[in-house]
Amino acid sequence: MATAYNTLAFKPEHCDGCNACMTACVEVNNAGSDLLNSRIQIVADQDNAGGGFELAMCRQCGDPKCVANCPAGALGKDAEDGVIEWDGSKCVNCLLCTVGCAFGGITYNASAGHVVKCDMCGGDPACARACAAAGKTALKFITTSRIYREVGDLEDLFVPGLSGCQGCNTELIMRHTLRRVGPETVLAAPPGCIPGMGAVGYNGLTGTKVPVFHPLLTNTASMLSGIKRHYKRQGREMTAMALAGDGGASDVGFQSLSGAAERGEEILFIVVDNEGYMNTGMQRSSCTPYGAWTSTTPVGERGQGKTQDAKNMPVLMMMHNCAYVATASTGFMEDLYDKLDKAIAASKHGFAYLHIYSPCTTGWRFPSQENIEVARKAVETNFVMLWEFTPATGLQLSRSLDEALPIAEYLQVLGKYRHLSDEQVQHIEASLDRNVAFITNLTASRSSRPAHAAAGM
Amino acid sequence: MQQTQYLIVGASHAALAAVQAIRMHDPVGSVTVVSKDDALPYSPTVLPYVVSGRSDPTGVFLRDDAYFSKHQVNYVKGAAVTGIAAAGKRVSLSSGEEIAYEKLLLATGAAPLLPPIPGLNAVDYHVLRSLNDAVKLRQALGEAHHAVVLGAGLVGMHAAENLSKAGAQVTVVEMQPTVLAGYFDRDAAAIIEDVFAAKGVTLKMNNKVVKLSPRNKTGAVVSLADAQQLDADLLLVSAGVAPVMDYLNGSGAKIDKGILVDDNMHTSAEDIWAAGDVAQARDFFGAGQDGAKIINGILPDAVEQGKIAGMAMAGDPALKGYPGGVPLNTYTFFGQQAISVGSQNQGVVVALEIDRVQRRYLKIVMQDNRLTGIFGINVAFDPGVMWELILRRIDLSAVREKFLADPQRTARLLMSRTWR
Repeated sequence: MATAYNTLAFKPEHCDGCNACMTACVEVNNAGSDLLNSRIQIVADQDNAGGGFELAMCRQCGDPKCVANCPAGALGKDAEDGVIEWDGSKCVNCLLCTVGCAFGGITYNASAGHVVKCDMCGGDPACARACAAAGKTALKFITTSRIYREVGDLEDLFVPGLSGCQGCNTELIMRHTLRRVGPETVLAAPPGCIPGMGAVGYNGLTGTKVPVFHPLLTNTASMLSGIKRHYKRQGREMTAMALAGDGGASDVGFQSLSGAAERGEEILFIVVDNEGYMNTGMQRSSCTPYGAWTSTTPVGERGQGKTQDAKNMPVLMMMHNCAYVATASTGFMEDLYDKLDKAIAASKHGFAYLHIYSPCTTGWRFPSQENIEVARKAVETNFVMLWEFTPATGLQLSRSLDEALPIAEYLQVLGKYRHLSDEQVQHIEASLDRNVAFITNLTASRSSRPAHAAAGM
Repeated sequence: MQQTQYLIVGASHAALAAVQAIRMHDPVGSVTVVSKDDALPYSPTVLPYVVSGRSDPTGVFLRDDAYFSKHQVNYVKGAAVTGIAAAGKRVSLSSGEEIAYEKLLLATGAAPLLPPIPGLNAVDYHVLRSLNDAVKLRQALGEAHHAVVLGAGLVGMHAAENLSKAGAQVTVVEMQPTVLAGYFDRDAAAIIEDVFAAKGVTLKMNNKVVKLSPRNKTGAVVSLADAQQLDADLLLVSAGVAPVMDYLNGSGAKIDKGILVDDNMHTSAEDIWAAGDVAQARDFFGAGQDGAKIINGILPDAVEQGKIAGMAMAGDPALKGYPGGVPLNTYTFFGQQAISVGSQNQGVVVALEIDRVQRRYLKIVMQDNRLTGIFGINVAFDPGVMWELILRRIDLSAVREKFLADPQRTARLLMSRTWR
């Protein structure tokens, strides 16, 4: 079985040294009031003018040296939850574990009279709860390991190497999606980054372990409709799936997509929205947002980026009354997975449309290691809204739109917005407010229905 | 004849770390572990606690049968290695069996060193290296009235404490001027000696046993160099250990004090590695020449070396060479904590704090603003973090004063920033 474990993540830049985590730790462990007894130690760096907090605590290592150093068999890594457990009945207090730990994660505690270490509070760490309760985001309990545990053993149906740009998260979407959908799938990959990355293959060899074809931009949904109907007539269960870009879906491919959606074809149509034709040289699409630089909306003496707002593709698809429509982001993988499951299920009886926002390191001009962070910022500022729709439930938010971060926090990390004037930023803010109000109104019209909250959000 | 891809002789920390490392990279290659003991793997380090009764001798095992079957490891108990035929890649065992290997790891550890004292063979004495030794010593503990411990190293000092706690009058005889000479200087040793003296343990430093004579029942009459005679009904010989390598003829592996290995723990013989207390490897503080190699007989280094050997044997490309042995140890005695990381004599002493009354001690040694040693008694710092600071040769000039004032805090800041 594939193993992955939930973990505590610490972001020093979000820590203000309030010590809520340490207070919670000593409380939950009945260790008095002295914060020195906390198993999580936030170390303030007084020299760092901007604050600066560092962390000493158990990392629950995969190959833990404290365990290897224990002569008494008193330490062991639990295969189920990954926590390194200390057995007081076996410990001989020799302190050799503390020699093995390079993180200050297991230390002798004078008041306890033995070594102590973090035990993750049995799967619900008090420190992370306290951090959130104090309104902070420095310490988070990350539970996405569930996804890996569920799908880690499923077969990866793409070729081992893909020629994506550095930092591109589309590979993540491709592999995870196809893994989840499984081998009984026919994949359509219309022109765009996904075939460009090798999905359709080279020199007569395919890039996937399922039948894959490279339709025209215009006929992706039509071809999939025919394929699905053919297999249905044969009585064979399969998934007809498209992995398309936003250009292929929202511009020239829209006619066939709209037709298939209206007819209720049993197709899983996934759009990876990177807000433009990125593989052919970063031209604008109808999903490119206002103000964005692209090679066809250049920034110079006359042009200052795109002058129109983006088409709201997922809302358009919702208006087709599809069996399932949802928006998702690689910054929120648990939500993405939930929606992928629902979309797969819906594609068995109707048209399922999943719109995944996918930042483009090359075309949006940001450092390649920031992709997931950019995806997260887009959602946290409400620039991207996570919701889902079924005809029965209407549109429901997957994540609250309240308490959004200022849009500037998103815009300033992207090179494609570097040139924005104050007027342009105001335009973007106004569009964003309008979009939020629009989506909020759509949820309000169904407010009698029970609210749905996606796990982990 | 049995054949195995990986043969590991020995079953303590180095061997077990090697098994783990092999299985990380090669989940299927056949692995055989041979232990001289008729028991599951255990650590020699736990033995003093078996003697004291803190550890149940049935509960000290580091792996169980389920582990070996889960990882498809053939665990052979009660068979010591008696010879190696390197040409034919075979190892012969005390059981008479032979095992053919593709890759061999020698992790046979060390055995008690028996000093050339006249009369030693004629008297009844204990050593403490195997689980059987520990169980025997524990049985003798209750009946001992006057115990004599030869050697004030870690084994001797642990045993002296346990014997004293069990009610015996204990005398420790040591040739060196101080206890635990390898790990603590005279000042630190003095604090440790104070504690033992306060508990009624007699420490005879700068002394040696010149003759041993039989008594009526157990123990020995111990004649010291200062002409004193001790009537010991329990005698423990803990005068150090020596690598077990009496089986090496025919292997072609070069030896010095131990089996000489390179930075991948490979011996001079083809497809033979060595790790742990039997191996003589690079000295972190040395010049790196063969002559400068050391046996760094400590548990954390055995783990490190075993892991490196296992990765090398399995061909794991993530292998990083051995950085060299750093002396380090932890020593708890009568509820006090002593920690020693690094070398006493590389560089200059930059901080020294001695409080014999409060039994507090801290010494920091640096060379060119890089930590080379830190030693403490009842002072909190993270030895693992300090070890890493030494290995990485982290330049401390920017934080030097802060480090000296609060080594634990400052080291944690450096750790969190540098290797998180």
